[in-house]
Amino acid sequence: MTMSTARSAATSPNLPPPVLGAAAQASPDNAHRKVKIQTTNLAFFYGTHQALQNINLKINERSVTALIGPSGCGKSTYLRSLNRMNDIIEGTRVTGEVLLDGEDIYARDVDVVELRKRVGMVFQKSTPFPKSIFDNIAFGPRIAGVRNMAILTPLVEQCLKQAALWNEVKDRLKDSALALSGGQQQRLCIARALATNPDVLLMDEPASALDPGSTARIEDLIFELKQNYTIVIVTHNMQQAARVSEHTAFFCQGRLVEVGSTKQLFTTPKEKETEDYITGRFG
Amino acid sequence: MPRASSLKARFTWNSAYERLIRGLLFGCALVSVFTTASIIYVLLYESVLWLPGHVPFFGKVSVVEFFTSTQWTPQYEGNKHFGVLPLICGTLLTTVTAGLIGLPMGLASAVYLSEYASPRARAILKPTLELLAGIPSIVYGCFALFFVTPVLLRPVLMGWLGLTVNGYNALSGGIVVGIMIMPMVASLSEDVLRAVPKSLREAGYALGATKYDVSAKIIVPSALSGIIAAFLLALSRAIGETMAFAIASGNRPRLTLNPLLEIQTMTTFIVNMMKGDTPVGSIEYQSLYAVALMLFLITLTMNYISQLILRRYREAYQ
Amino acid sequence: MSQSQELFAAKLAWRHRTVWLFAAVCRLATWASLLFLAVIIVAIVWQAWPRLTWGFLTRFDSYRPEMAGMLPGILGSFWLLTFTAVMCVPIGIGAAIYLEEYARPSRFTRFIQLNISNLAGVPSIVFGILGFTAFVRMFGMPQSKIVLSLGFTDWRIPLPFGRSVLAGAMTLSLLCLPVVIIASQEALRSVPASLRHAALALGATKWQTISRQVLPAAMPGILTGVILALSRALGETAPLAVLGAATFITFAPGRLNSASDVAQHPERLLNVPFDQFTAMPLQIYNWVNEQTRDFQLHVSAAGIVVLLVILVLMNGTAILIRQHFQRKIRW
Repeated sequence: MTMSTARSAATSPNLPPPVLGAAAQASPDNAHRKVKIQTTNLAFFYGTHQALQNINLKINERSVTALIGPSGCGKSTYLRSLNRMNDIIEGTRVTGEVLLDGEDIYARDVDVVELRKRVGMVFQKSTPFPKSIFDNIAFGPRIAGVRNMAILTPLVEQCLKQAALWNEVKDRLKDSALALSGGQQQRLCIARALATNPDVLLMDEPASALDPGSTARIEDLIFELKQNYTIVIVTHNMQQAARVSEHTAFFCQGRLVEVGSTKQLFTTPKEKETEDYITGRFG
Repeated sequence: MPRASSLKARFTWNSAYERLIRGLLFGCALVSVFTTASIIYVLLYESVLWLPGHVPFFGKVSVVEFFTSTQWTPQYEGNKHFGVLPLICGTLLTTVTAGLIGLPMGLASAVYLSEYASPRARAILKPTLELLAGIPSIVYGCFALFFVTPVLLRPVLMGWLGLTVNGYNALSGGIVVGIMIMPMVASLSEDVLRAVPKSLREAGYALGATKYDVSAKIIVPSALSGIIAAFLLALSRAIGETMAFAIASGNRPRLTLNPLLEIQTMTTFIVNMMKGDTPVGSIEYQSLYAVALMLFLITLTMNYISQLILRRYREAYQ
Repeated sequence: MSQSQELFAAKLAWRHRTVWLFAAVCRLATWASLLFLAVIIVAIVWQAWPRLTWGFLTRFDSYRPEMAGMLPGILGSFWLLTFTAVMCVPIGIGAAIYLEEYARPSRFTRFIQLNISNLAGVPSIVFGILGFTAFVRMFGMPQSKIVLSLGFTDWRIPLPFGRSVLAGAMTLSLLCLPVVIIASQEALRSVPASLRHAALALGATKWQTISRQVLPAAMPGILTGVILALSRALGETAPLAVLGAATFITFAPGRLNSASDVAQHPERLLNVPFDQFTAMPLQIYNWVNEQTRDFQLHVSAAGIVVLLVILVLMNGTAILIRQHFQRKIRW
């Protein structure tokens, strides 16, 4: 069992993290970045089928890490193992370790609910609840016990602003969330995930069902959010990975083939498989 | 928001509440199991359970007599006979009549609804069938007694053919219960027919088959096991039906295959005995439980078989 | 033309006739259902006509056909259904939630599921025998009484329950339970998994996910199922007849015959569950068994018309609920 490490003041959610200089953003391999999530020898089984084999991956704090690879390669499974959403599926089994801030999330006494509050998730298909926009955002805080409207109202506003949706919906917070457009719904889901005050955001192909305009807005949003959050994004779209991420990991057939800075991986891949994939020779 | 620095689960009232809720819900699910257990216990206690100071029905009447004697006269003081055959015969007569009407009509409706009907026809017919299925059986009983027998059966069979038709008879009850189970057959069979893959239909048409060929020679045979399951469910419903027969088919246990006579089914015997004040613990009181046990076992077996067939059918087409 | 082609051409005409005949038979069988419905309704309304008056709804039963009324049956059925709903709906929905959301696929879960579908097929009269033995007689326990002092009045609870509203409602609850469970399970199953995942990913606990997202989304389906189950219970005669519910009764449960009775004697509400009762279908059954033709034909038919009108109202509500929410929520 891993002991929990003390968190540095900089990661405390109440203080805005120091804005990183442009130079720091431009050079993602900066050594001073702390490791947020560390996966060691992670293997994953659906019944007898092994979906992931020995994944070793470090994900840096306040950066965007893209997971790419052909369909069925295990990238979504890996993503969902980071907040234990795979627990919902019957007959799955995990071996190895996933450390979040040095603490094993698969340890026996971990409270999954607490974990999921800290590791938010946005799905491929937007999943607004059939409620008002306000109630959607307030769902997370409310289930955590926050009832006071004096806290909820500014919180909802702040989350909607962070998700760049405030200006479009501020006059109709009481309207059904189902009335929003697809792109707006997806930003709503991002805002909703932010409301539980996570440090990590997992995004499972968040823009694959959207038109190019909405996709661009989501990408801009990801760029903004990485100043405060650790983001892991699964994407089919290699241009998107190249645009938004600092690190990219290439998965194939349940293995992690290669991981590196996005620039390096797309320009000078070390592995033949990676090169074949990014040059479009398969997948 | 304040946040614990560790992911470790701590004792919270919330998690205790979650466990409590789960326990309560599990309790709700157990109610159904408990109901079945009580039914079995109640029926067995009076019919076969031999305890000190308690003689069950089959301790007073031998099983052989129960299944071979041809007289059922629990109420005749001094001349009581407990041969269940007349009751079985009555149930058989009414069920067969109901089946002869309900099963073919239900299946034909299912074929029509799944293969032929236009959306507009469906919009009229589906609610009609639902309404027919929702009419209480007591209404069907009255309809049989006051309409089917005097207005349809007697003028035709008695007036033209010169047959004897009792005021209470198995046929009228059987006919209305046939109408009653028809919607059930139709909706169950329609589901089954719809589960047949489209590719089979298209393959049939591609070979130059007509709509009749496809429906009757491809779809119905491929769905046969599911249709049989639907038939079993509907027949078990007819066997367990009480009020329609109690009102329309009378209360005379008799060993006959003539559906124009007054008869008694297993269910109508039970309801008639219970209406009167049968002394608790007497042999005729216990005979109720013996008959109910038989009824329960017959319907349970039919339902169970039908569910096994349906499960296998669904697996085959998924 | 070759011989086989000739044969095919000759057969084609015959085949087309078969097609036509088959379609006609199927069409006829299906439309016959509409005919049956029409004939049943016309025949019954026709017979009921002489006795269908406003007074029929507001009078108590009588030995004189022109004075017979359905009020005790209507009030009896009302209380019966109220108590049935109170007992059966929470347990049924709870069982459905357990089976759909919590239970892991195991032998035991499969057994419960199979048990529920089998229970749905058990003849209602068998439930009547269970109710008579377990609730009316309580397995032959000696007569006794629990008296609870409530300050303003004493609440007398007779044991066993005897032929009371409560015994009837408990029996009907067990009868309805499988229907409610199966309908609720279907409604829960139709809620998309993404809704559950979204709530769980926000750190909701299992019960929070179910109570705040899944259950509200499934509610229209559950309500429809509940109303259909209750409308089935409303028409059930056999189990109540087996319970030996009183045949001829000239009062309503708790002696609460009108709204003003409730206002004047609210304490009588406590007696409602333990009072004798009759129900609409029981009254009809008794009228059919009367000796006079007027009762047999006309009064019973009038009772049926009242019963059917109430059933149609209940089913109509179910349909309205379904349509209203179908328009509102689209996944």
